[in-house]
Amino acid sequence: MPTPFAFEPPGRPPRRADRFALRFWSVAHSRVLERAYALLERTLVRLAPLAARLGLARLERPVTSIERGLKGALFDCRMCGQCLLSSTGMSCPMNCPKSLRNGPCGGVRANGNCEVHAEMPCVWVKAWEGSRDMAGGDAIKVPAPPIDHRLKGSSTWMTVIRAALPAAAETPKKKTGA
Amino acid sequence: MILPHAHDFGQNPWDPLPDLPGHSSRGRLERVLRRGEFAVTAELNPPDSADPEDVYKRVAVFEGWVDGINATDGSGANCHMSSVAICALLTRIGYSPVLQISCRDYNRIAIQGNVLGAAALGVCNVLCLSGDGVQSGDQPGAKPVFDLDSTSLLQTIRTMRDEQKFLSGRKITAPPRLFMGAAENPFAPPYDFRPERLAKKVAAGAQFIQTQYCYDIPLLERFMTRVRDMGLDEKVFILVGVGPLASAKTARWMRANVAGVHIPDAVIARLEGAQDQKAEGKCLCVDLIQQIREIKGVSGVHVMAYRQEEYVAEMVHDSGVLKGRKPWSRDLEPPIDLDATLTHNLEEAAEAHAREAAGV
Repeated sequence: MPTPFAFEPPGRPPRRADRFALRFWSVAHSRVLERAYALLERTLVRLAPLAARLGLARLERPVTSIERGLKGALFDCRMCGQCLLSSTGMSCPMNCPKSLRNGPCGGVRANGNCEVHAEMPCVWVKAWEGSRDMAGGDAIKVPAPPIDHRLKGSSTWMTVIRAALPAAAETPKKKTGA
Repeated sequence: MILPHAHDFGQNPWDPLPDLPGHSSRGRLERVLRRGEFAVTAELNPPDSADPEDVYKRVAVFEGWVDGINATDGSGANCHMSSVAICALLTRIGYSPVLQISCRDYNRIAIQGNVLGAAALGVCNVLCLSGDGVQSGDQPGAKPVFDLDSTSLLQTIRTMRDEQKFLSGRKITAPPRLFMGAAENPFAPPYDFRPERLAKKVAAGAQFIQTQYCYDIPLLERFMTRVRDMGLDEKVFILVGVGPLASAKTARWMRANVAGVHIPDAVIARLEGAQDQKAEGKCLCVDLIQQIREIKGVSGVHVMAYRQEEYVAEMVHDSGVLKGRKPWSRDLEPPIDLDATLTHNLEEAAEAHAREAAGV
């Protein structure tokens, strides 16, 4: 019987080391994905004013769906809503059965596989490999704060857009009474 | 016999010790380490019982031989008496327990409450752990919590201690005075990440480290070389985990079934080749302690003698690491002029701290 993950799906079953998974491909191509991500972030920032005009609330659902679909396919993303991929070598830490966001536990097997799911490569063994190929890979060395479970299921991309807007733009007009 | 330092006595054994400048806790373990003495801690196998006598019986074998006693927290994901309760029982007598907190079993609300409670009960040391997965224990149907991880747990307790507030920002009126520890396993992949991960834990607040069982000295040396290069040995006290193997069969079983335990073939061969495997296991452990002591940057050993606790004293004695020093025990009388000695020592310590702070 499988052991449940601490951070529950939307997710996929534990990936076996001996089978292909797009998640492993993504780690192996972390350098390219890092550049793609940087481009995406710049684009989101540039599009932020447009997004504000369209209405952030209206965009929330479609953007979340696209993010879930794309990152789900590439990273087995579980939509923690506070994406750490660029600090984790493009290996999503929420696929760790203990949902560790700061590094591997002490139980990693000698072959580099997970303590809990013996057939799955340790998420953090992969993360370390991926980070070594990235320009900003040393972000893996910075401690991550406790996860905020309220953000589960929400879009990190929308957070990027919101952060790019001046504080006023996000305030709904009705609040100001105008 | 070298008696404990006067600082290691309070008016009563169960009282918190007088404050020392530059110390986070009022416990003996931190004092021993900061004085530069080679420290010994041991792991207590918690009882499956509600009888305090079971705890006292198990701990008696360590008395006078160790500077700290770790009360495990559901180790191997098995149910036992809780770490907080064992620590509270131990502080009543004057022992110096290390509270273990495993992120597997509690969320941040429970953890922060337990930290305050344990500190109120006289606990001075805490070890922050992620915890073994629930699949490895006797309750595989349990919900794995893992709300925090070991690093964010360190951050949380440091915030409580140093900023006097909960994670939420709410004020704590009397902060927990704790010496904060974490675990590391230099013997599991990804090997190159391990020293970096240690640095992360130090950045998050770890002041001492207790490692997984060490049976591979070259691997430990490789780890410690990197640790020294990074200057981490100046920032954190590293206690290397050791333990006697009862037989070659036990060693094979542990290697296959206990998460994160690495035992090289040569070690198993040495046990197999011995007439008395149990005696050889103890001898091996003593050898390891002596080799570990020689590695620069190591501040002590953490003895995990599961079901062989009665041999800890013997092994510590045989290794000679205490150099004749006798850790605190109940039968030791405090110096007759305790007050005068303490006042004198405190003044000395304050001066030394001031000199250090001034960079002299």
